[in-house]
Amino acid sequence: MARFWSSGLGGLLARQGILVAFALFMIGFTLANHRFLDPDNIMGVVRSSAILGVMALGVTFVVISGNLDLSVGSMMSFSTIVVLDLHDRIGPALAIPAMFAMTLVLGAIIGFLVGYLKLNSLIVTLGMLSAIHGLTLTYSGGKNMDIADKEGTWFSVFGQGEILGFPVPILIFLALAAFLGIVLARTPFGRKVYAVGGNGVAATFSGIRRARVVFATYLISSACVATAGLLQASRSLGSQNTVGQGMELEVLAAVILGGASLLGGSGTIFKTVIGVLILGFIQNGLLLVGLQFYAQYVVTWIIIILAVWLDIAAKRGRLWSPIA
Amino acid sequence: MDNAKLKNRLKYGAIWGFIAFELIFFTVAGEYLSLSDKVFLDLDNMMLLFKQSAPIGIIALGMTIIMINGNIDLSVGATFALSAIVLLDSMTWPVFAGLGDWVIPVSWLLALLTGVVLGAVNGLIVWKTGVDAFIVTLGSMLGYRGLVFMYHGEQPTSHLNWTLVDFAEASFLGIHTPTWFLLAVAVAMWFLMTRTVHGRNAYAVGDNREAAVNAGIRVGPHILVNFMLIGFLAALSAVVFYSESGSVNPNDGELYELWAITAVVLGGTKLTGGSGSIVSTFGGVIAIQLLRKGLGHIGADTETVNLVIGVILIAVLFLDRQLNIKGREELKT
Repeated sequence: MARFWSSGLGGLLARQGILVAFALFMIGFTLANHRFLDPDNIMGVVRSSAILGVMALGVTFVVISGNLDLSVGSMMSFSTIVVLDLHDRIGPALAIPAMFAMTLVLGAIIGFLVGYLKLNSLIVTLGMLSAIHGLTLTYSGGKNMDIADKEGTWFSVFGQGEILGFPVPILIFLALAAFLGIVLARTPFGRKVYAVGGNGVAATFSGIRRARVVFATYLISSACVATAGLLQASRSLGSQNTVGQGMELEVLAAVILGGASLLGGSGTIFKTVIGVLILGFIQNGLLLVGLQFYAQYVVTWIIIILAVWLDIAAKRGRLWSPIA
Repeated sequence: MDNAKLKNRLKYGAIWGFIAFELIFFTVAGEYLSLSDKVFLDLDNMMLLFKQSAPIGIIALGMTIIMINGNIDLSVGATFALSAIVLLDSMTWPVFAGLGDWVIPVSWLLALLTGVVLGAVNGLIVWKTGVDAFIVTLGSMLGYRGLVFMYHGEQPTSHLNWTLVDFAEASFLGIHTPTWFLLAVAVAMWFLMTRTVHGRNAYAVGDNREAAVNAGIRVGPHILVNFMLIGFLAALSAVVFYSESGSVNPNDGELYELWAITAVVLGGTKLTGGSGSIVSTFGGVIAIQLLRKGLGHIGADTETVNLVIGVILIAVLFLDRQLNIKGREELKT
């Protein structure tokens, strides 16, 4: 068994396991149901993954820098509710920047606590999850939020519009992915994010300001969350105040599925996009195969564990853990 | 008293100071703000508070040993829901139709067994694959919740057994049945952590896993046992709660893991493992429930409780760090 993992095939499977799994899934679902590869179907899957995907892009930065963000779900509820509320009060043109500013403030608070005060990110974002949830409920008075004039607003263009036949949410998701992918892979800032997550002490000694980089990753994450909130609000033009509840874990699942290590220092935007798509296609494929909707959770569970397991099995060169 | 001991006293004692502060604050503020004429520090009110803390409390006590181990369990809420469904559904199974009220202990056993099995699955994966407990239980949180939904779809599972309801609503010596369970679990866990080899090993594994291995502790089975324990406690929590309510929604237990972790952290247990105390977790559980009740008492929106808990959690983390930095500086001089 040990030889298998150090051999070429095992190595390939472990390094690019997620792509191999993705390919196998696509082939399997296509064989099971020919409608799976239908362009309309594929477009539908990508479109419904876009909101989760946009959030996952930001969380990728946070995870690579060695931290966690469990607050994105409740923060997304916040942005959605705020932008819907402000839409009727000050008009969409002002509501959108105002909502972005408010969400960025939340991100800055987390960035300050984790970056400059060096508090544990799991607990800080857990606290913020609860606090922002409370903030949203207080802001909305516990009620659902709806836009008064749903027909007469151009606000719906972000969630429902199309350009040259492509749904706008997909375009926003892909454009943001391309932009952030370049930032992460091709700029000094991106290298600093990897350095801080890979070895914080070494990064500090080589003159990188850890606090500033961590602060920036949370700003990026909250900007992505604000974008996701905009897409959500624009798609439905009305929302419950718990719309993002539980999404933090799905987002994290997508990022981990993409191969980012929770210890920091590894992961890419491209792989996160793959992780997001895998989640989306599995959900869709299982439905087409005729399994009930909730079976996807069980399958996602198994896939996450297998993906991470194979990853670390390849790194330590043996399948089973050496713990006695 | 030497420095380290004082620091520990401060750390684990702080939660009781906080509880005292809450009691005084809500009593005084209640005089001026409360809409009802009821006194906050009323015996009935406090007894109710203990009863309401039981479901989260029982889970939080189990979470303490997991976190002392340096692990975490995010799947307790889903385990709670699945055990509850097994509890209520198994009472209607035709197999047990002839048992009469003897179906109750059988269903309890089945529900508890469900919890232990789900915990064992987590523990085995953590042990055998070496994947971090955070990821393993993040996955099973989704997976177990999926199983919950696959059981009955989005329909609630309901079954009322009046003998059971009478038992769950009863009180003995003026203390409600759920409170007895909470107290019993607290005493048992306290005994386990302070008076047994397993408890001592838990601290050793969390403090330094390498050293624990070298000292001859079988870390894998130890972790497995702890995950089975928290699975058991999550199921017990469900048994205690749903014996009374008799109906479980597939969303029940969501965010329980966050409340439990919050209680444990408020009690001063470290995420990195190696330190923590059952008694302080008990304090953390009471503090959270006091806050919920107190905010309601002074007429604040119930929604504010989330905001306040979040802020307090971060403040505790900050204070704890300041305290530790100060302690280290004192050691240097």
